[in-house]
Amino acid sequence: MNNFKRRKLVNMLASGVALTCVVLAVVPLIYILIEVVRIGAPAIDWEFLTSRTKGTGEPGEGIGNAILGTLLLVGYASAIGLPIGIFTGIYVSEFGNNRFGETVRFFNDILANFPSIVIGLLAYALVVDYMDVGFSLIAGAFALAIIMIPIVANTTEEALRMVPNSLREGALALGVPRRRAVMRIMLVNAKAGVVTGSLLAVARIAGETAPLILTAFYSNYWSASPFEPIASLPQTIFRNYNSPSEVLLQQAWGAALVLITIVLAINISVRLLMRSRTKKSKAVKKTWLTRLSLRA
Amino acid sequence: MADKIVTEGLNAYFGDVRAVKNVDLRIPERAITAVIGPSGCGKSTLIRCMNRMHEVVRGARVEGRVLLDGKDIYSATTDAVEVRTRVGMVFQKPNPFPTMSVYDNVVAGLRLNGERDWNKLDATAERSLKLAALWDEVKGQLDASGVSLSGGQQQRLCIARALAVEPEVLLLDEPCSALDPIATAKIEDLLFDLKDRYTIVIVTHNMQQAARISNFTAFMYLGELIEFDATKKIFENPERELTEKYITGRFG
Repeated sequence: MNNFKRRKLVNMLASGVALTCVVLAVVPLIYILIEVVRIGAPAIDWEFLTSRTKGTGEPGEGIGNAILGTLLLVGYASAIGLPIGIFTGIYVSEFGNNRFGETVRFFNDILANFPSIVIGLLAYALVVDYMDVGFSLIAGAFALAIIMIPIVANTTEEALRMVPNSLREGALALGVPRRRAVMRIMLVNAKAGVVTGSLLAVARIAGETAPLILTAFYSNYWSASPFEPIASLPQTIFRNYNSPSEVLLQQAWGAALVLITIVLAINISVRLLMRSRTKKSKAVKKTWLTRLSLRA
Repeated sequence: MADKIVTEGLNAYFGDVRAVKNVDLRIPERAITAVIGPSGCGKSTLIRCMNRMHEVVRGARVEGRVLLDGKDIYSATTDAVEVRTRVGMVFQKPNPFPTMSVYDNVVAGLRLNGERDWNKLDATAERSLKLAALWDEVKGQLDASGVSLSGGQQQRLCIARALAVEPEVLLLDEPCSALDPIATAKIEDLLFDLKDRYTIVIVTHNMQQAARISNFTAFMYLGELIEFDATKKIFENPERELTEKYITGRFG
C-alpha cells in the first residue's frame, strides 16, 4: 500500500514536470505568432505588398521586391539543392553500404549542423569573389542550396530506410534491375518522407539571413536577374529593425508575417497537390480496369 | 526426370559465418522439392542462393556452383537480373507493394521492366491470378489496394506476381508460416496444380506439409545437406539416423 502511494506520487510528479516542459516549449511559439500578427498585420495592405522598399520610411513604401526576391532565392536554391540532396540520400541509403557511403553520411551530418554564416562565406569566396559574379541572386541561391542538401539528403535516407526491406527484395526477386527497384518501388513508398524533408529544407532556407548578407546582398529595386543583388524578406526585417524609424520597424513585423505566411502556403499547397495527385492516378487506373472487366 | 537446378560444392556465408556447407543437391524438373530442417539450418539461405538473392544482403557471399539447366548462374557472364526472371521467389511474409492496386501488383514485374502493351498486361494479370487461384475472389476489386486483401489472399497475390514474369522455377520460403490452416490448404492445392508446369522448391517448417505436397525432400542440419531422396523414402525409411530423429520429432 505504501509502495502504491509512493508510485502514484512519483507518477504525478513526472506528469507534472512533463506538462510544465510542454507549456514552456509552446508558450514562446504562440507568443511570437501573436506578436507578429498583432504588430505586423496593420502594416499589410495592397500597396505594402506590391511596392518596392526604399529604406527611408516614406509613405508608399512596401516589400514587393523582397517578396519576389525570397521566392526567387528559394526557387533557384530548390532547383539546385533538392535534386542533389534527394539523389545523395538515395545513394547513401541504397548503394552506400561501404566505406564511401559512410564517409558521405558522416560529412552530411556535419554539414547539416554547420553555421550558415560559414556557408555564406564559402559562397562569397567561391561565387561572388573567385568566379567574379558579384553580389547576386545566384550566389545567394548557391549558399542556400548548400544548406538544403544535407537536410534533404538525411531525411531522404531516413525515409528510404523506413521502407520495409521485404519490398526491396520483392522487387529484386521479380527480376527488376536494382536502380529501377529503387526509383519505382522504394522511392514511391518513401514519398511522404522525402516531401516532408524537402519542405523542411525550404522552410529553413526561406528564413536564412546571415549567408545572404554575404551573397545576395540587398537591393531597393525590382530585380529578377540572377546576376544582380536582390532583396529578401529576412534581409528587409534585419535592415528595418536596425533603423530608428517607427514606420520601418512596423514594416519589419509586416515582412515577418508575410514570410511566415509564404512558408505555410508552400507547405500546405504541396501537401494538397500530393493528395490530389494520388487521387488522380487512381482514377486513371479505373479507366483501363473498366476495359479489363469488359473483356473478362 | 531431368535436373533443373544442380548445386555443386555450394557454400554460403554471412561475413565469417558459413550458413550453407558444401551442399550438392539436384532439384528435379517439374516436381515439388521440399527443404526441411530445424530453424537456422540454412534452408532459406540455400534457396536464396538459387536465384542470387543471397548476395543482396550486406557481407553475404557464395562459393561453389549453381547450375540452372546446366549453366552456372554465378559465372562472370551471367546477369543476376536475368536469373531472377527465370527463378521466381515468394517470401515468408506476404509483401505486396502497398502503393499499388491488386492489378498493378500482379503485373509489376512486367511493367517495371518496361512492358507497355495493355492488352498483354491485361491477359497476363488474368492468367496469373487464375493460376494463383485468386481470380474468382478479386476479379471485382482489381483496383483495390494490394494490402487490403487478407493475409492468405496477399500471399496468393505474391505468387501470382511471381508467376506473371513467367519463371521456370518457383522458390517459396516458408510461404504458409504466417497463414491459417484454410489459407495454407489453398496454397498447397495451388502448388500441387502448378507442379506440372513449374519446378517448385519449398522451404517449410511443417513436416506434414512436406509429406503432403512434395515429391522430393531435402533434410538440412547445421548448414549441411544430410539426406535427399523421394519424399516417401525420407518419411518412411530414411537412410540416416539424424533424419529419422528429426522426422519423428525427437529433436528440432
